[in-house]
Amino acid sequence: MRWIWLDRFVDFQRGRSARAVKNLSLAEDHFTEHFPGYPVMPAPLMLEGLAQTGGILVGEVNDFREKVVLAKIPMARFTREVLAGEQLIYDVEILHMRPEGASVRGRVLVGEEVVAEAEIFFAHLDQARSQQLFGDHNFVFSGELKKMLGLAQLQGARNQGSGVRDQESGVNKNAGASSLTPDS
Amino acid sequence: MPTRDEIYSKVSATLQEALSVDEDDIRPTATLQGDLGAESIDFLDIVFRLEREFGIKIPRGELFPESIFQGDPEFVQNGRVTDKGLAELRAKMPFADLHKFESDPELSSIGDLFTVDMITRYIQGKLGQSDN
Repeated sequence: MRWIWLDRFVDFQRGRSARAVKNLSLAEDHFTEHFPGYPVMPAPLMLEGLAQTGGILVGEVNDFREKVVLAKIPMARFTREVLAGEQLIYDVEILHMRPEGASVRGRVLVGEEVVAEAEIFFAHLDQARSQQLFGDHNFVFSGELKKMLGLAQLQGARNQGSGVRDQESGVNKNAGASSLTPDS
Repeated sequence: MPTRDEIYSKVSATLQEALSVDEDDIRPTATLQGDLGAESIDFLDIVFRLEREFGIKIPRGELFPESIFQGDPEFVQNGRVTDKGLAELRAKMPFADLHKFESDPELSSIGDLFTVDMITRYIQGKLGQSDN
């Protein structure tokens, strides 16, 4: 099963904030049982979407060298149910970053309406638990999550008409890249 | 510079939020891990909140010194903190009350050092250092 709870990044301000879109489709498996005839997006999956948006935002600050994992959700609030057919925006900003981890604030929007919000803590696994050996391979950012950001940057570049970026790794290797529409 | 009582009540409010405990649970001698149920990730939460609440910077390892907790063999042998380790603790944590711990330095009871009072003394020290 693919565990990607975002469809696309629509804004990315390095080290500050990011926005991603999640379209709710009745074709998704979880709507079968939740609930038959009334397809409600499960709250934990919205939290996961916020966490993935925030995790990529935090991870990108250190070029995905840190293993960024969800560690604590101090606050989460859900205003109303959202149903299949709606489009969610995951709007996340970094509150605090340290070597050991980071905290972000996330809001789930439908249009301008805030339907949920949460504060999320991430731990940098190697920095926070150096006695345990997790190995060098970064299993957090080894696949789809990292490519999502690369795709966003590719789209940004295409919109600017500046040609094709590095497609192999899917990640923009320019250290100064700060948003989808590059300055140069 | 706020009074010790003012600092204590702000620290208490911070711990109540971070650890989801009631005001009644917070006493000066309450230990973060034993009495208030703090986990390792909660220490990060507490550091974030203290920095924000008091407008200070808490460098890594200043409040919760990691070298001892990682079981560095110079500082910890057979689950007990060595003399070198105790010296390190005294140097790194001048705001902690080490007398009881020094008489029986079991690594497993090091969490008992972290009381509400200790955090209050630490913040007092930090605020006293700044020139604001």
